[in-house]
Amino acid sequence: MNDMTPVQTTLKDWETDQEVRWCPGCGDYAILKAVQRTLPQLNADPAKTVFVSGIGCSSRFPYYVESYGFHTIHGRAPAFVTGIKLANPELDVWMVTGDGDGMSIGGNHTMHILRRNIDVQILLFNNEIYGLTKGQYSPTSRQGTKSPSAPGGSIDRPAQPCAFALGSGARFVARGFDVSKNLPDVLKAAHAHRGAAFVEIFQNCIVYNKDVFNDFAAPKGAEDQQLWLEDGQPMLFAKGTKGLARDVENMTLKVVDVVDGDWEGAGVMVHDVKNRTLAHMLVELPFGPFPMALGVIYDDPRPAYDAVVAEEMSKARTAKAGNLGALLSKGQTWTVDGTAQDPI
Amino acid sequence: MASDKTTAPEAVVVRFAGDSGDGMQLTGGQFTLSTALAGNDLATFPDFPAEIRAPQGTLFGVSAFQINFGSTAIETAGDAPDVLVAMNPAALKVNLAALKPGGLIIADTGEFTKRNLDKAKYDANPLEGDGLAKWDVLAFDISELTLEAVKPFGLGKKEALRCKNMWTLGLALWMFDRPREPIHDWLKQKFAKAPELADANIAALDAGHAYGETAEISGPLKQVHVDPVASEPGLYRTITGAESISLGLVAGAQLAELPMFFGGYPITPASAILHHLARLKEFDVQTFQAEDEIAAICSAIGASYAGQLGVTSSSGPGIALKGEAMGLAIMTELPLVIVNSQRGGPSTGLPTKTEQSDLYQAIYGRNGDAPMPVIAARSPADAFECAIEACRIAVEYMTPVMLLTDGYIANAAEPWKVPNPADYRPFPAKFLTEKNAKNAEGEDELLPFARDEKGARPWIKPGTPGLMHRIGGIEKAQGTGHIDYSPDNHQAMTDARKSKVDGVANSIPDQDVCLGNESGKLVLVGWGSTYGPIHQAVRRARKRGLDVSHVHVRNVWPLPKNLGDLLKGFDKVLVPEMNAGQFKTVLRDQYLVDAQPLTKTSGQPFAIAEIEDAICDALGEPRPSQIGGEVDVNETQLPSPEAANP
Ligand SMILES: Cc1ncc(C[n+]2csc(CCOP(=O)(O)OP(=O)(O)O)c2C)c(N)n1
Ligand code: SF4
Ligand SMILES: [Mg+2]
Repeated sequence: MNDMTPVQTTLKDWETDQEVRWCPGCGDYAILKAVQRTLPQLNADPAKTVFVSGIGCSSRFPYYVESYGFHTIHGRAPAFVTGIKLANPELDVWMVTGDGDGMSIGGNHTMHILRRNIDVQILLFNNEIYGLTKGQYSPTSRQGTKSPSAPGGSIDRPAQPCAFALGSGARFVARGFDVSKNLPDVLKAAHAHRGAAFVEIFQNCIVYNKDVFNDFAAPKGAEDQQLWLEDGQPMLFAKGTKGLARDVENMTLKVVDVVDGDWEGAGVMVHDVKNRTLAHMLVELPFGPFPMALGVIYDDPRPAYDAVVAEEMSKARTAKAGNLGALLSKGQTWTVDGTAQDPI
Repeated sequence: MASDKTTAPEAVVVRFAGDSGDGMQLTGGQFTLSTALAGNDLATFPDFPAEIRAPQGTLFGVSAFQINFGSTAIETAGDAPDVLVAMNPAALKVNLAALKPGGLIIADTGEFTKRNLDKAKYDANPLEGDGLAKWDVLAFDISELTLEAVKPFGLGKKEALRCKNMWTLGLALWMFDRPREPIHDWLKQKFAKAPELADANIAALDAGHAYGETAEISGPLKQVHVDPVASEPGLYRTITGAESISLGLVAGAQLAELPMFFGGYPITPASAILHHLARLKEFDVQTFQAEDEIAAICSAIGASYAGQLGVTSSSGPGIALKGEAMGLAIMTELPLVIVNSQRGGPSTGLPTKTEQSDLYQAIYGRNGDAPMPVIAARSPADAFECAIEACRIAVEYMTPVMLLTDGYIANAAEPWKVPNPADYRPFPAKFLTEKNAKNAEGEDELLPFARDEKGARPWIKPGTPGLMHRIGGIEKAQGTGHIDYSPDNHQAMTDARKSKVDGVANSIPDQDVCLGNESGKLVLVGWGSTYGPIHQAVRRARKRGLDVSHVHVRNVWPLPKNLGDLLKGFDKVLVPEMNAGQFKTVLRDQYLVDAQPLTKTSGQPFAIAEIEDAICDALGEPRPSQIGGEVDVNETQLPSPEAANP
């Protein structure tokens, strides 16, 4: 995010006159609303806000936000974002991508935008399927996902977006899901982070991969499987009856029961968003034996590439403004006058 | 340049050849500089292996640098060398066939060891038999002489032998009567941190020079003086195509009053442009080394979207990767310059060799009806003008533009009259700051895809208050730019994109005939780096009274409006190009003319003689070799194009 003059807006100001074309009931609607609800709270200026996306159902997003928007090509949104931010670091850029867009065809660019640490909020809508192309399995689909391209069930092992992000050097990693009431808080944290903020948002594709996240994201009854992380707070879930503690012997985490709220006694760890090792463990926790780690998993900023470049550029410019005439005649030159040569 | 030659030749071709570790490119580069400083016109052809450190002494590890210089206009690196400097047996073997009969071989006997002869697949030492009788041979132990010269500096043997190239350069400087001071200065600067190396190299250079002086008494070594060329008054420097494109882009961005954003990914021979621009921050040039060519172009488009002049550059394989993004730039109508330094293809092909085989790719190589202007540079100096022109078209027409150059132009050097930036017409970019239309209710409305008289849409920077809008690769409604798949709209938008690019022809000069008459029996139509050999071949043929003209096309898409009529004034059209006949097909398609191909895809530029033969064949005339042999060296270079027009 950037320092911007606060602008007063309402949710309505962020809606476009374009007809939203997602399937009725698609999780994308909820995410759109969450974003439109969050932007006024950030005092964001529509004129300085840019939504950039790749291709996919999720990547239609920019058409529905009343700001600047660039719907680019499949997988390449990070590269466009990079050019935009390098050309104008003042812009507040959000990138919207899908699990196919960002992890498959664009996996390389996702890695590099994170590694370079461009100042942008990256929202990866993970529905574990290729929605727009009608339901083929994606790089995040679970093994055995039946799809038109894998009628017998997919064989590939899925990639974990947040683990990928951390492995790529991300300095901010968070998770949320489409209908979660906490999603705006996650978005706000991402926006507050300077540098690349990676947010994986589980999203229900009700047509091709319906309710695959219900175990932790169902509208009702799945709360106990959600571990909402908060910096400086104990890692508790299931209404405080369980928590995560160190499993020192195996150098990992374990679930412990918390009796009468005595989480300290149970050895529950306090979350530290700057603990990179912990972040690695949290994103790798197998769901089932463990709850789903949600919220801000990791947040430890480093200088953003675009900010460093902007500083260098302005230094170079103020040191000496380039003189084109002098540049053209650089190096060893000689003068010809009349017809004879005049070597130096 | 046989020993009996007494008159000053108008042009001389020298080829330095050695192992890729021998520093031949450096030697050639410095010899080029001294030649330029002596006031000769010149053209060079660096020819080096694709391997960074090819095994020593092998045939495929040979690196060569050819220079043609003279007192008249020089436009090619010359067909056949007059002098071949061979630093080892492999260099001799690889380059001997090119040497002109009667030419001079200078060889370092110190490297003609059994081991090196074996590596070069020589059964016997060629310097000893009479296999080289056709040529003059000057063979002596350059290695030993160099060791001797640098002894006082206490270098190890390996380091000492590295000075061999400077020894050889010293000899060449003597041969052509050149001052040593500029090279001394350069060495002092280059080895500022290691003065003993500077001193050793200077000593080697001086020793080579002194050797020439003392050996002059007898043998084939003669000092030759080539007069300076009569050129337009002004300030000159040498320039390679890669430098010239970089400077042209900087100038273009300044004329557009825009900061430049350059996204690139390393690839031979395009990287040189990235390297040049990376040092020009103070000119508001930002370079970005992307993770691949796709990211390079996409970042450049992103920068253009945000209001800078986006530029990207690559060679064939990388250009192929950029194709989809070019389509997006066409669809979203954003300015962008794409430089393609062509090399031999397909696939990885011949990375360090030249070819013009990406013309179809440039004009047609995208999905959908995706018209895009294409400009081709004819020489290193011309590349400067072409780069500016590419920037102008991109900004004035809101379109990506491809600038074609090739490995030959990128690496070759020629003297360049330093232009005055004030002589160029500025084309400042305009950004929309307010809504540009009224709706039915009379309210202000934004139409991001409204068009001006040239068919260009407005450029709207994100950050501009009140002009928020969305763009993308999906077909857009005329005017509003909203998603619109309707049949009539797609027809209208396809037509609009085409007519905009066609309209670029209204802003370019009519095609001229650069040599010869406006109509006649035969016209040679070229584009890109074949300019030099075509021009010289046409000159020679015209000098012998043949009715042939030369047309060289810069705007290969869209073509100049008068080109079709111009070509129809000739009985025959011959299209020499370093590919299998691509421009020939474009001309046939556009004008239904019976254009005939003259193709070459050996990774080497055309020789003048090859084109001259083709002219004779096309006109039913005997080839020069059939009517009295070789053209005299002084006939290969004629005075200015104007004077040569019969
Ligand atoms: C170069 C290219 N290849 C393939 C496609 C087809 N395509 C469009 S969207 C998509 C997958 C989208 O999946 P995801 O990113 O997960 O987005 P979702 O639709 O699920 O939101 C594919 C393969 C394309 N548009 N471009
Ligand atoms: S296909 Fe799935 S992801 Fe796409 S709009 Fe429909 S429900 Fe949403
Ligand atoms: Mg998906």
